[in-house]
Amino acid sequence: MLDSTRPTARRTRRAVAATAGVASLALALTACGGGSEEPSAEGADPDEPITLTVATFNDFGYSDELLARYSEEHPNVTVEQVKAAKSEDARSNLTTKLAAGGDGLADIEAIEVDWLPELMEFPDLFTDLADPALDGRWLDWKVQQATTPDGKVIGYGTDIGPEAICYRADLFEAAGLPTDREKVAELLGGDDATWDDYFAAGKKFVGKSDAAWYDGAVPTYQGMVNQLDGAYEDPATGEPKDLASNTAVKDLYDQVLTASVDDELSAGLEQWGEDWVAGFQNDAFATMLCPAWMTGPIEENSGGITGWDVADVFPGGGGNWGGSFLTVPASGPNVEAAQELAAWLTDPAQQTEAFENAGTFPSQVDAQASEQVQSFTNDFFNEAPVGEIFTARAEAIDGAPFKGQHYFAIHQAVQNALNRVDLNGDDPEKSWQGALDEYASL
Amino acid sequence: MAVLSPTQSAPRRDGPAPRPPRRVGFSQRLGRWDVKVSPYLYVSPFFVLFAITGLFPLVYTAYVSVHDWNLLGGQGDFVGLQNYAEVLGQPVFWKSLANTFSIFVLSSIPQVILAITIAALLDQNLRAATFWRMGVLVPYVVAPVAVSMIFGRMFADQYGLINELLGIVGIDPVGWHSDRLASHVAIATMVNFRWTGYNALIFLAAMQAVPRELYEAAVIDGAGRVRQFFSVTVPQIRATVIFVVITSTIGGLQIFDEVRMFDATGLGGPDKDWMTTVVYLYDVAWGNQKDFGRASAVAWLLFVLVVGIGMVNFLVTRRISTSDGRRAKVSRRQTRAVVAHARAAAAAAPPPAGAAPGGPPGAADAPTPHRTTPGEDR
Repeated sequence: MLDSTRPTARRTRRAVAATAGVASLALALTACGGGSEEPSAEGADPDEPITLTVATFNDFGYSDELLARYSEEHPNVTVEQVKAAKSEDARSNLTTKLAAGGDGLADIEAIEVDWLPELMEFPDLFTDLADPALDGRWLDWKVQQATTPDGKVIGYGTDIGPEAICYRADLFEAAGLPTDREKVAELLGGDDATWDDYFAAGKKFVGKSDAAWYDGAVPTYQGMVNQLDGAYEDPATGEPKDLASNTAVKDLYDQVLTASVDDELSAGLEQWGEDWVAGFQNDAFATMLCPAWMTGPIEENSGGITGWDVADVFPGGGGNWGGSFLTVPASGPNVEAAQELAAWLTDPAQQTEAFENAGTFPSQVDAQASEQVQSFTNDFFNEAPVGEIFTARAEAIDGAPFKGQHYFAIHQAVQNALNRVDLNGDDPEKSWQGALDEYASL
Repeated sequence: MAVLSPTQSAPRRDGPAPRPPRRVGFSQRLGRWDVKVSPYLYVSPFFVLFAITGLFPLVYTAYVSVHDWNLLGGQGDFVGLQNYAEVLGQPVFWKSLANTFSIFVLSSIPQVILAITIAALLDQNLRAATFWRMGVLVPYVVAPVAVSMIFGRMFADQYGLINELLGIVGIDPVGWHSDRLASHVAIATMVNFRWTGYNALIFLAAMQAVPRELYEAAVIDGAGRVRQFFSVTVPQIRATVIFVVITSTIGGLQIFDEVRMFDATGLGGPDKDWMTTVVYLYDVAWGNQKDFGRASAVAWLLFVLVVGIGMVNFLVTRRISTSDGRRAKVSRRQTRAVVAHARAAAAAAPPPAGAAPGGPPGAADAPTPHRTTPGEDR
C-alpha cells in the first residue's frame, strides 16, 4: 500500500488542479453576473471626454451631421445614436432594462406618448427635466402630457401628430368627387366638419366606386376617441370608468361600426398588417386619417401610385395622434450632460432640421412658425403645402386628452371588439359583450 | 481510473485489512476522495452552467410568482398562490392552452410523418446526394422572423398568395385570420416548414445506421420497398423517432415567433384565436398588465405542463420501444422464479426442455442466465 503513495500524490495534485479549475470557472461566471461598476462622472471634470448615447426608433430625423454639430460645440462630447427599427422593440428594450435597474440604457431614451401612462407611474426612474429657461418652447398640452401631477417633467417633446385627412385624388375623380384640396376640405365639412359629414361624403363615394372610404374601423375610431377627454377613465381620479355604462364610448362604437359595416365604408384592413400594406397597391380605400408622420408610411407603401393628397380638414375639430419625447433615465452616468443634449436636440432649430429630414412635425411653437416648416411641401402628396396644413391642424387641437394607466388595456379591449366586427364580420352587439368580458377580466 | 482500482479493492480481495481503516494515511484518504469526487468535478462545469442559466431562473421565477411584481415597479407584497388562482381563472389562459395544443398537434404529427418520408427518399441512391440532403436543411437556416414575414404575405386574408391561387381554381378565400382552425393551420405550416428538414436529417442519420444485411434478408424474403420501410426501417429507428417526438413536443409547446409575426399586433388576433401560452405569458409581462407575478405563474404552469407531457411521452414511448408485439410481459420476480426453478431442476436432474418461456428478446434487461447455465452445468 505504501507503493501507491506517489501516484496518489500526483492524483492529489490533479484533483487540486481540477478543483481550482472549477472554482475559477465558477468565479469567472459569478463575476460576469455581478454588476459591472461604471465610472461615475458626476462631479467630475466637465471637460472630461464622454460619449452620450441617444436611443431612438423609426426615424427621428437626427442625421449624423446634426449630431456631429453638437460635438463641434462641445468638443468633449461624442454623440452616438442607437436606432430601433420599430417602436415596439424600443419599448420592450426600455421597460426591460428599467426593470433591471437601468443597466445598459442609453443616456437619452426616446419614448412615444403612448408609453407615458405606464412610465409616469414611476417618475423616479427618470431625471426631472423641468427647466424654467425652456418655458414656452413647446405647445402647452405637449408639456402637460409629460408632466407628473407634482410638477415633474420626464421628457422633452420632439414631434406631434396633428391629424388631417389624406385622400386619393384619382379615385375621387373617378367617383365624380372634387379633387382639389380646398374643395375636398369643404366636401368633408370645412372648418366645422363632423364625423357625420365625413361618413356622409363616404357614402356618396362608395356608391360610385369599388374602393372603400377608409382603411379600417379601428384607426377611424382612434381618431374619434382621441377627441374625448377621459374616454375610459375619470381624469380627476384616474380610476377606470365602467365600460358597460360608458355611453360616450358605446356611441362612438356604434357610430363607427354602422358606417364601417352597414354603409360599407371600411375596407376591413388591420393597420400595419400585410393586407393593409397590400391595400395601398390595390386601391382598397380612398381616404385615411392622417397624422403628420403617416405621410411617410403612405409614401412607402404606395410606390407607383400617384394621386395622394392632403386636405386641411379633420372631423370633430382637431386631433393629435402620437408624438414622441426624449427622456433621461435617472440611472445614467452622465445625467447632466444628457439633459443638456436633450434640450439641444429639442431646440426649435434642430427640430426643424429633423422635420426636413424625416417629416416629424415639430411640437415647438417657434419651429412650427419657422420659414422652413411653413414653406415645406411634399412632392409625393401632389406638392401639398404640408407644413402649412399641419400647422393649421395643430392649431385646431384644444389639448391632449387624459390617458391614465388603464387607458391602453381598455382601449385594446374595444379595439379587439371593433376588429372582430370589421375584420371578421362578427355581430356588433355580441362583440361588444366580448369587450365587456375582457374589461371584467382586467 | 484503471490505475486506481487495485488500490481500492486490494484489501477487500485479500480479506480483512491488515490495519484498522482509521489509520490510513492522509495522502491515501485524498486518493480515495479523488476517486469518489473527481468524476463529479469533471462533469461539474455543465451543472454549474445549468445551475446559473437554468436552475436559478427556474427557482427565481417561482419566487416571483408568489409576489405582486410589476415590470417597472419591481417586487411587491407576498401574495401566496393568488397569481396562480388569477391565471387559472382567466378564460384567455385556457384558450391559449387549447390553441397551443391544437397548433402543436397540427405541426408535430404531419412533421414527423413528412420528415420520415423525406428521409426514406434521401436514403435511396440519389445522384448528388449531399446536395439534396443539405437542401432540406435550408428552411432551418432561414431566420424564423423571415419565414414568418414570407408566410404572412402568403396567408394574408384579402391579398394573400394562397387565397389568390384558391380564387383561380374557384375556391372561396380562406379567412386565415378570422377562422380559428385556419389560423392554426397557417401557423403550423410555418413551424413545419422550418423543422421538417431538420428532423428529416436526424431520421436520415438513423436510417444510415441500419445494417444493410437486414434489407438484403428482407429482399430475399421477397419484401418490396414499402414492406422494407415498415418492417425494417421504422422498427430500427424507433429510438430516433422517440427523440424527435419528445423534442418537437417541447418545441411545439413553446411556439412564439410565428404567432408574434402572424398579424400586426402579434397577440393572437382580436379574439385571441391563435394566441399560444407563451405569447400569453409575454402579453401578461410586457403588455398592458405588466404583471411579472402573474407571468411567472404562467411560466411555472407551463413548465409543469411540459414536464407532465414529457412524462406521458416518456411512458408511452418507452412502452413502444420495449414492446416487440410478441413478447409477453414478464416481471423480474417471475424471471427470477423461473431461473431459480431451472437451476434447481438442473442441479437435480437432466435439464428440463421448456425452461425459458420468456423468449430471447428480454435477455438484455432480465437476469436470465438460464440459457447458458443449464448447459454448462452438464
